[in-house]
Amino acid sequence: MGMTIIEKIFARKAGLDRVSAGETVVVDVDMTVLIDLQFATMWLQPLRIHDPDKLAIVMDHAVPAPTIKDAAGGPLARKFAAQFGIERFYDVGRHGICHQVIAENGLARPGEVLACTDSHTCAAGAYNTAARGLGPAEVFSIMCTGSTWFQVAPTIRYQLEGIKPDTVSGKDIFLQIANEYGDAANLNLEFGGPGLASIPMHDRRTIATQGAEISADFSTFEPDEVLASYLNDRGITGHDAAAADSDAVYQEVRRVDLAALEPYVARPGTVSRNGLPVSRIERQKIDQAFIGSCANGQLEDLEIAANILRGNTVATGVRLLVTPASQAVYREAMRLGYLQDIADAGAVITNSTCGACFGYHMGVVGPGEVCLTSSTRNFTGRMGSPDAEIYMASPATVAASALTGYITDARSVTA
Amino acid sequence: MTLAITGKVWVFGNDLNTDAMYPAFAMKMDPPEAAKHVFYEVRPGWTDEVSPGDIVVAGKNFGLGSSRPVAALFTELGVAGLVAEEFNSLFFRNAVNAGLPAMTLPEATTIFSEGDTGTFDLGSGAWRNDTTGATGSVPRLPDLILDIISSGGVLPRLAAQGYLPAELGDLLRSSTVAIRGAGSGA
Repeated sequence: MGMTIIEKIFARKAGLDRVSAGETVVVDVDMTVLIDLQFATMWLQPLRIHDPDKLAIVMDHAVPAPTIKDAAGGPLARKFAAQFGIERFYDVGRHGICHQVIAENGLARPGEVLACTDSHTCAAGAYNTAARGLGPAEVFSIMCTGSTWFQVAPTIRYQLEGIKPDTVSGKDIFLQIANEYGDAANLNLEFGGPGLASIPMHDRRTIATQGAEISADFSTFEPDEVLASYLNDRGITGHDAAAADSDAVYQEVRRVDLAALEPYVARPGTVSRNGLPVSRIERQKIDQAFIGSCANGQLEDLEIAANILRGNTVATGVRLLVTPASQAVYREAMRLGYLQDIADAGAVITNSTCGACFGYHMGVVGPGEVCLTSSTRNFTGRMGSPDAEIYMASPATVAASALTGYITDARSVTA
Repeated sequence: MTLAITGKVWVFGNDLNTDAMYPAFAMKMDPPEAAKHVFYEVRPGWTDEVSPGDIVVAGKNFGLGSSRPVAALFTELGVAGLVAEEFNSLFFRNAVNAGLPAMTLPEATTIFSEGDTGTFDLGSGAWRNDTTGATGSVPRLPDLILDIISSGGVLPRLAAQGYLPAELGDLLRSSTVAIRGAGSGA
C-alpha cells in the first residue's frame, strides 16, 4: 500500500521505508522559524543550537513594538542572531508576517519539514512542505536538537475537479469546505486533483493557512506545474517534491467541484459549519473591514482589493484596514499603485504585522462592533472585544462591503 | 513529574479555543497576571475558584487555535492535568512539552461531573471516577511522549542535554517557571 504526501515526507525524514497513520515517528526538521514573541517573554539564550543555517527569525507579531515588553524582546533577538550567526534574520524593515517571509525567501521547500512558532505554519503546505505550527517550547527544542516527533494522523484527501471561477478565491473555497465538513482535529488534509491547476499559488496558500481553523494537523498540496513554475521563478531549486502514491490510504476522499463554488462568508465564532454564500446573507452592517494576515495580505489580495476600491470611497462610518503581508509585498504593492488606490478610497494601510488579525495592535475592535475580516480567525474576542462580532470572507467581499457598509457580494459591485 | 494524577475535576464543553484561555490582551502581561484570564469570557471568575491539584475536563476539539503557551497558564494556576474527549494536536503537544499530563478520554464529559474526584494514570492509561466508582482505560501514549511529560517538559530535558545551562534544570522543572523560558507563540 502506498503513502500520502505527509507519510512520504515523514518516511524520508525519519529514514524509514514506510510510514502509516497511527505511528509515532521522529523526523529531522529542515527549517525552524522563530518569531518575535518568543523573545519578549523570558527568553533563555541557549548554549548551543543544531544548525544556524536551518534557522530563521522573523519579527512579525508585535512590530513595531506596541508595548515595552515587546520592545525588550527585539534586542534579545538581535543579540541571539549575532551570537549564533543566524543569517536569515528578518528584522523590522525587512520583515513580514512569518508565513509570507517563509514563502518569499524559499524557506519552505517541497518535500521538506518546516516548524515555526505560529499556528498558521500549515500555510507552507501550499508548497508541498510538511509544515505545522508548534508551541514556543517545542520550537526552541527543535532549534537545539534539529528534530521532533509526530503522531501520524489519518489523511483526508480533497480531490479538486472542474475549473475555479475567477470570482471565487481560495478563501471562498476554504470557507465552503469548512462549512460543509466541519472540524478535522487529529487529521491531515491533502489537496490535489485535476482542478488544482486552476487554483493560483496565493489561493492555495490561503487554503493551506486556514487548515489550522478546522483543527487539522497538516494541510498539504500535491506538487504540479503551477508550483514548479512558481518556485523556478524565484530561483528555488534542488528540492524533491513528494506526491501521494496512487494507492495511498485515506480516511476519506472528498470530491469538490470547483466550478460550482461561489463567494462565501463565515458567521462569527468559528468557520466550522457556520457559513453561507455571500449572496444569501441578510443585510449585515459592518463597522470595520480588514484585509491582511498570512492568509490574505498577499500581493494578489491587495490587487483584488485595489481593483474594487479604485475610484470609489469607503462608506461613511466604516473603517477599512489593509495590512500587506510583508515589507516586500508592501513595496511591490506601492510600486504597482495598489496602495495608492486603496488609500485614495479612504482605507488605512498599516505596516506589515500580524497585529489586527490577532487583536494585539493596529486596529482592535470595540464592544458591539461588527468586523468583516479577510484574515485567519474569527473566534469570539479574537480581534479585540469579546462583545464584537467577526465575520470572515475573501478580500473581494471585504473590499466591496467596505464600500457599501454592509456585507456585499463583490460580483454585484464589479459587474 | 508524576504521570498519575488525582484531583477535583472542572468540566467544560466542546470547542474551547486558545483565545478563550489566553486572549491577546493577556499576552501583554507576565504569566501570573495572564493566568487570571483563563476562560475569562466562558466562565468569568473561574481562576479564583480553581485550586492547585485540580484537573480540567473538556469536550471535543479542546484547544483549537493558537500556539500561544496556554499550558503555562494552567501550570501557573496549579492545574495538575488536562483530560479531553478530543484534543487539538497543537494544544496537546503544548501540554506535553510543558510537562502537563494530558489524557484523551472519549465521553469524558459524560463520565465526569463537575466536582467529582478523578484519577488518571498516563503510565498505564487507566482512569477512575473516584466519586462514582466508574473505571476504564485508554490506549497508553508512546514512551517517547510519556518521557517528555515525566521529565517536566522539553526545557528541563534541554538543560540535561547541555543545550541550556544545567543549573537551570531544576528551575525549569518547577511548576511556576516551567516552559516560560521559550517565550510565547501565536
